[in-house]
Amino acid sequence: MGLDVLANLLYQFADNMAFLLLAALGLMIILGVIDVINLAHGEFIMLGAYLTALSYNWGHLPLPACAVVSMVGVGLFGLVLERTLIRRFYQDKLGALVATWGVSLILSQGILIVFGPSMAAVPFPQWTLTVGASSFDGYRLMLFGVAVGAVAVLWWLLYHTRIGVQTRAAMQNAEMAACLGIRIRRIYLLTFAAGSALAGLTGALYAPTTTIVPLMGTGFVDVAFITVVVGGGANPIVGALTSAAVLSVISAPLASISGTFIGRIGLLVAALVVIRFLPQGFSGYVRDLQRRRMGAAAAP
Amino acid sequence: MKRRWRALRDALNGPQDLGRSPGFWGVFIAATIGLLLYPASGSSFGLSSLVSFLLYVPMALGLGLLWGYGGILSFGQSAFFGIAGYIYGLVAGNLTGTPAGTIVALVAAIAAAALAASIFGYFLFYGQVSGWIIPLLCLVLTLILATFMGQTAGYQWRVGQVLLGGYNGMTNIPSLRAGAIEFGGTSTALYYLVVVVTLLLYLGLRVFVNSRYGHVLVAVRDDPERTRMLGHNVDFIQVQVFALAAALAGLSGVLYASWGNYMNPSTMDLLAATLPVIWTAVGGRRSLLAVVLSTVALRALADSLAVSGSQYAFLVMGALLLATMLFFPGGIIVSVARAWRRPSRTRPGAREAVEPKGKGEVA
Repeated sequence: MGLDVLANLLYQFADNMAFLLLAALGLMIILGVIDVINLAHGEFIMLGAYLTALSYNWGHLPLPACAVVSMVGVGLFGLVLERTLIRRFYQDKLGALVATWGVSLILSQGILIVFGPSMAAVPFPQWTLTVGASSFDGYRLMLFGVAVGAVAVLWWLLYHTRIGVQTRAAMQNAEMAACLGIRIRRIYLLTFAAGSALAGLTGALYAPTTTIVPLMGTGFVDVAFITVVVGGGANPIVGALTSAAVLSVISAPLASISGTFIGRIGLLVAALVVIRFLPQGFSGYVRDLQRRRMGAAAAP
Repeated sequence: MKRRWRALRDALNGPQDLGRSPGFWGVFIAATIGLLLYPASGSSFGLSSLVSFLLYVPMALGLGLLWGYGGILSFGQSAFFGIAGYIYGLVAGNLTGTPAGTIVALVAAIAAAALAASIFGYFLFYGQVSGWIIPLLCLVLTLILATFMGQTAGYQWRVGQVLLGGYNGMTNIPSLRAGAIEFGGTSTALYYLVVVVTLLLYLGLRVFVNSRYGHVLVAVRDDPERTRMLGHNVDFIQVQVFALAAALAGLSGVLYASWGNYMNPSTMDLLAATLPVIWTAVGGRRSLLAVVLSTVALRALADSLAVSGSQYAFLVMGALLLATMLFFPGGIIVSVARAWRRPSRTRPGAREAVEPKGKGEVA
């Protein structure tokens, strides 16, 4: 009995954390590296879901291939958007927010005009996993695996590849990195494309779980923004993991007791309390802690 | 008397807004007379649509004050619009028998919006977060409120004798009433009320931004740290302006509920949240005049486009916003006004006030 409850709680937690991670990860790396927020992130997720629905229902591709199509498609879209629009706003963060909101409006309304108010659904893969007396949804467990896998890949890219070292240099001091011959512009371009591709992946993965409509991005961005605010932009990996974990600990029990809506209210309140005490989010706090420790070690 | 008159003129004609020449004031007075005489010739449909354009002006002016003058961007003004609209509906609906019921409801609604903003603002501004966090959390607030109101269908969701109504919205909200005058949807009384409110708010805020407090506000926008060092309580000022902007959005919400006798969750959703930002940005956020003009013009444009479907209206609005941010970051009306003005007519030192300098703006 006790074990069942525990397993159920763990499952809820994993489901929540996967959603938060996948919704926010793309935004977070863009914020961490370029220091810009893409308000059209939800619409990028929506585009991913549409690409998946199109390639599944019209192209008759298997679901994993659809996910790849979504990632590549939305990633390319991000690439184009960065070249034409986003790079004009690197000096003006609030301007970038407002401009990308225009993009979001154009995307959602454009899709509404082209494809109408709803899209043919993608069937939900029914994999049931039975543990003791309770059964779990295999697909949602897989989502958790994919979310953790995405963070792991990101970590490997940032800490074990040449481009990762250059990216971290650009994060710490873009001007200095440029002086050392690192091509900042290219790093920003690739980062934005990677963040967009992650949004496309999220859209593909959640396409079977929801109805696919032009305004579906709204359901992702509210939790994504909270996760990003709580995590902070100082380090995307630390920020995404800590903030998604802490927020799921808060929202999973709340949501399972009193519904999704109360869970979201809990998230908003948690975000307000966190920024009141840690204005830079968890990752900013961790960075300050590390700096302080380094300072203490250097002192006589 | 003469001195007081001059003080008022100086306050109105301070450096913080466009339109300081006698020519401008001539046009302004002519436009005022035109607006006041309009009911004599216009149809009642035209009157009602003009009301529906003008009633959003307080919300837009609030955002202009907050963003253009205070440097604080909010994507959640619709939340305060919605809070006030719903509170007005609740209070007025429960006080239908009482003589001043709707006036009490008006005050309660605006107070509720300002209070909500003060509490929310306390967490935002006293943490001294970076500028991008504030608009995001405001947007989250309005999205969550819209979701919440959307699921309040059914008889268990009622306060007193008023049903919240879920997605279908709250219906039969009483119109504002003062004594024997009822400010109903298509009435001339509501038209005059909205016109007078718009004009008084515009002039009042013009005096406000040119006052000492207004100059401090602009200082907070341009360099919050230096303003803090000069001894101003920056966090408190930001909370105050945030609450003031919310109260203005609340006023719009009450006027909306009183105009349509109706309030629904879509007044707080993502699309509704975008509109005030578009009106403010496209005209020029650093000029109250530009904000008023572009709000009315864009509402009229959206109204005429919506004939072929609201998605086309929103598409054009999004494109306008994007084009403005790319080519006229300070706003279209402000840019045109700046090009118009001959250099010899400008008083020295008065020119820079409404022009964005590209730095600062990070709260």
